[in-house]
Amino acid sequence: MFRNLQKNLQGQLSRKSWQISKRHSSIVSVHRDTKLNNPSLPFEFNSENRKRADEVIAKYPPQYKKAAVMALLDLGQRQAGFTSIAVMNYVAKYLDMPPMRVYEVATFYTMYNRSNVGKYRIQICTTTPCQLCGSDGIMEAVSNYLKIKPGQTTENNLFTIQEVECLGACVNAPMLALNDDYYEDLTPSSVVELLKSLEAGKVPEKYGPLSGRDSCEPFSGPNVLLGDKPTDISKLTRSDL
Amino acid sequence: MLQSLKNQGRCMKRGLATIADSAANPNRIHGGLKDQDRIFQNVYGKYGHDLKSAQKMGDWYKTKEIVQKGDKWIIDELKKSGLRGRGGAGFPTGLKYSFMNPPGWEKNVGPRYLVINADEGEPGTCKDREIIRKDPHKLVEGCLVVGRAMNATAAYIYIRGEFYNEAVILQGAINEAYRAGLIGKNACGSGYDFDVYIHRGMGAYICGEETALIESIEGKAGKPRLKPPFPAGVGLFGRPSTVTNVETVAVCPTIVRRGGEWFASFGRERNAGTKLFCVSGHVNEPCTVEEEMSIPLKELLEKHCGGVKGGWDNLLGVIPGGCSVPIMPKAVCDNVLMDYDALRDEGSGLGTAAVIVMNKQTDIIQAISRFSAFYKHESCGQCTPCREGTAWLEKMMARFVKGQASEKEIDMIFELTKEIEGHTICGLGDASAWPVQGLIKSFRPVMEERIKAYKENDNSTVHYGGWVKGGKVQDGRVVDNPLPSAHH
Repeated sequence: MFRNLQKNLQGQLSRKSWQISKRHSSIVSVHRDTKLNNPSLPFEFNSENRKRADEVIAKYPPQYKKAAVMALLDLGQRQAGFTSIAVMNYVAKYLDMPPMRVYEVATFYTMYNRSNVGKYRIQICTTTPCQLCGSDGIMEAVSNYLKIKPGQTTENNLFTIQEVECLGACVNAPMLALNDDYYEDLTPSSVVELLKSLEAGKVPEKYGPLSGRDSCEPFSGPNVLLGDKPTDISKLTRSDL
Repeated sequence: MLQSLKNQGRCMKRGLATIADSAANPNRIHGGLKDQDRIFQNVYGKYGHDLKSAQKMGDWYKTKEIVQKGDKWIIDELKKSGLRGRGGAGFPTGLKYSFMNPPGWEKNVGPRYLVINADEGEPGTCKDREIIRKDPHKLVEGCLVVGRAMNATAAYIYIRGEFYNEAVILQGAINEAYRAGLIGKNACGSGYDFDVYIHRGMGAYICGEETALIESIEGKAGKPRLKPPFPAGVGLFGRPSTVTNVETVAVCPTIVRRGGEWFASFGRERNAGTKLFCVSGHVNEPCTVEEEMSIPLKELLEKHCGGVKGGWDNLLGVIPGGCSVPIMPKAVCDNVLMDYDALRDEGSGLGTAAVIVMNKQTDIIQAISRFSAFYKHESCGQCTPCREGTAWLEKMMARFVKGQASEKEIDMIFELTKEIEGHTICGLGDASAWPVQGLIKSFRPVMEERIKAYKENDNSTVHYGGWVKGGKVQDGRVVDNPLPSAHH
């Protein structure tokens, strides 16, 4: 009995740790140095971003400079392509914060990519309101077309797919976010069309619903607010003002 | 079980307001709001979102006079209007704002903050986004008016990070207002100084909780704080602050301009006003529409949203207020009114008025299981019952979707939700528990059927934890036992 236990224990110890953990990268908060992401790589804001950073810091009380950490990390991510450890260290120095406080923020919020992503980051919402309208089909169409799974990047470094929680455009479900822009009212065919045009180097001029409607009105056009002029509230304002 | 029955009884108790109101006004049917009474004239983006277009709708009209009326006047007007918070909890707004001005508040010299919660992340909800990108000046003006009411010196608008284009539009509106002298030093020429700033979130649902939001603005991970002290005492940067929803703030200038009585004339008593409803899911024409409070749910769906896919009889259930409130079965949906009290009486809630419609083709267990996955993803990990409980719920729900469970586990998961509910710092634990409770309350037979079907198909008995005969653990892995996706 005891011998068996010992044998088992040895078996477990000899296994390498990375084999046990098969977790999705987005939830692992551990940093491992790689060629593209290690503290010795230089990073500095360019002059434009330095100006922006100082504007952001000015929004907060002087003794709470660290309130700007989220915005600065975002600036760094936009400049470097992803939130590398070098970006985090630089932001910590910029705001006189202990680096650990910056790591805490960078690992807590899901919009910081701590590893490299493709040129087009596709976030597909699959939460229930989108799921009811067929987001699983959208996910399938995208991953079949690009031949990658959520969390992966295509070999040409062009696309990354991410499965995300509600993005707040439920009336226009199903939808995805392509970098900063929302594409809504998708169908499996229209999303493949979108990917094809991106592959050809063309970003659609207009983002938003792909179904023809403008925003959140019914498909067949608005039922209300049909007049050609808005109601002017100043005419209905109380007289004692 | 007994405990849970007792709790259910408490939920079903009718509120006094409902009784008093129906007696006073038995035959009034709400709904059918006229265009001239809609606050958000530009909800479909017809007129542009710049300052000039906003002024054509009457925004920024006599704002100076409103600001000069003073804090007490504005708060009284809001109290008169009966406005309740639009972010989900439905707390009376005038009362909430008055907490910022306790006797002797002037002695606490220094900045005071108004914090606007635009971290709209509740599945089903997309009303604040429409306000921000189409009527941004209503929000900016609302910041000034509400800021004056609570004697705040500055407003921070916490907008969720994914709303990048919306944040750009809002920043544009703020810049326009600064240039026109409407905010900033001597705002509107009233002698009152007021600043408005934007703080972009970075993708965390939990930052919609007020204290987590404050932590987030302070540049920390968004983990809710214990209350007390309440933000009105010690909030953002250690100063008195109040966190309030976008819609609540954006309607305030119009209420003050047209008078509290005007706003109070809509909806039933204690559920006053107009409200943006966002209807998603299985309706023919999903849309966002401003309607009178207390509109019957059926009318809302049939008049504005083209009805349920497959007809009203094909309706399975409706989640009336975003994913955190329990689902209502069709029998309830037939007659229920869309307001705080009526929905609470039915054991659900108005929440953010994000109506998620499901027809009979929906796999209801799958739909609720997806919510459990959502909460597991969004739990901040601070309190053990929520951190562990949401993961546990997700795993159990994934098995219920397949039916790989024993019937007794339905009671076990119900008990589990009761252990999460009320044992956490913030409301996320409660919110993760309610959809599952709602599922069990309204759709237990469906779950039992699924379990039975699995048993018949696989011809095996499933024990607790989804174990079938022959399943075992070998080298830290489950072998010879089917595993739902959430277990990997």
